[in-house]
Amino acid sequence: MKLKYTFHILGAKFISFIYFLGGLTYLTFQTFYQALKPPLKRRRIFEQAKKAGVDSLPIVSLISFFIGVIFAFQISYLMTRLGSEMYIASIVALSIVRELGPVITALVVAGRVGAAITAEIGSMQVTEQVDALSTLATNPIKYLVVPRFIALGLMLPILTLYADIVGILGGWLICVFKLGITSSMYWNIATEALRFKDLITGLSKTIVFGMLIALVSCYQGFNVEGGAEGVGKATTKSVVVSFILIIAFDCFFTALFYFIFP
Amino acid sequence: MAIIELKNLNKSFNDHQVLNNLNLIIEKGSTLVVIGRSGCGKSVLLKHIIGILNPDSGSVLVNGQDIWQTSRADFNKIIFKMNMVFQGGALFDSLSVGENVGFELIEHNLAEGVGLDKKIKEALSLVDLFGISHLMPSELSGGMRKRVALARAICMHPEIILYDEPTTGVDPITADSINELIKSLQDKLKVTSIVVTHDMKSAYKIGDRIAMLYKGKIIVEGSPEEIQNSRDPFVHQFINGLAKGPITED
Repeated sequence: MKLKYTFHILGAKFISFIYFLGGLTYLTFQTFYQALKPPLKRRRIFEQAKKAGVDSLPIVSLISFFIGVIFAFQISYLMTRLGSEMYIASIVALSIVRELGPVITALVVAGRVGAAITAEIGSMQVTEQVDALSTLATNPIKYLVVPRFIALGLMLPILTLYADIVGILGGWLICVFKLGITSSMYWNIATEALRFKDLITGLSKTIVFGMLIALVSCYQGFNVEGGAEGVGKATTKSVVVSFILIIAFDCFFTALFYFIFP
Repeated sequence: MAIIELKNLNKSFNDHQVLNNLNLIIEKGSTLVVIGRSGCGKSVLLKHIIGILNPDSGSVLVNGQDIWQTSRADFNKIIFKMNMVFQGGALFDSLSVGENVGFELIEHNLAEGVGLDKKIKEALSLVDLFGISHLMPSELSGGMRKRVALARAICMHPEIILYDEPTTGVDPITADSINELIKSLQDKLKVTSIVVTHDMKSAYKIGDRIAMLYKGKIIVEGSPEEIQNSRDPFVHQFINGLAKGPITED
């Protein structure tokens, strides 16, 4: 009986996962189609870019700075034992540009912007505003999803570049004021270690992360059922799914770039 | 002449049949009121007419054209001729009253030459609202929200307006003024209206015909007088608001 119940639960979860995949794929195709179909309202994209990008600068600065500081501290623990403090700058720069900057920024944006998108669209769904769009001969995907999709795809690489610089600055603070490395030496070692491909591979994946966050958040918003409780549940789900997909896609891109740019 | 014709319409949600072989004809320029218990499928019926919901089977004919058998372009043309007033107004929170009312004009770039402000003021004046274009929906009372929603619906001069419980959630005086407004708009704009409600006072006042929806079917249709004098036990129970009778909970 217990085994039957377990299979029942697993089966239900599997079916709901298939529904989710199908729905997300459909939304992705529709979004690309609507994005390519004129007219494209630039004003709405700028509005969303401001919300997603400019308004996220303080939190991204704070978190990436602390990550830089923490990372430099943790690396120095091992490097001072090995007598290789000089390498801290290069390890900090490489790790932040290749991995930590893109992923941390994407996670912060998923938590801050993605949750807000789901809550906003979810509330619109509950109060029939999404239906009202259709009755006013306006495609909800073109009106609600496309601007967010483009804005997040554009703003995430810019935010990541900014987070990279602030994170390396955090490492600089520890190296110069705690470990006694000179400022010029820190910047020299950090920039020498970095190659153009590190920056490109780090930034290019964030375009996909941005689009993923927009699609998942909008999808969860459109699928809100019930009232305020439904909006709350969808928002939580949106953040959790975005986090999982960001990490999974990051793993995929890391493996891909490892083979393309060995 | 029939402007809307619903033929053998069926719709189910999770094994629950909401519309069951429903047939209905709405004459051009008339006002049909659909009555029925809460949750009996009245709003679902409206959403089928305006193309938000796709029926499981059956057809929705508007001016003789099946909206689900036409091209996307034709579908949009048909939808352009209709508009809907939602129960809670469904005003866009992020837009001002003026932007809500002129939404279609702005969104489809139809404002050039017609004077957007003039059109918005004209629509708002038809619902007796003046000087509130700059306000946000959150600053409006329930009655005002319904009026703004009505102004948004009439801004493009549609041929058909669908009303989803227009008097629910407002005080009796506001409800009566909304009824008056709907009647005056019908006289002024000569639109075809379909009103979904369970407010019988409103139904008698604004309806040319009244149809009762029960278990997914239209069980009775007639003039307000015919409905008022109906001996049908279902109609009698509903219009008199009796707890006991043949209408069951399900």
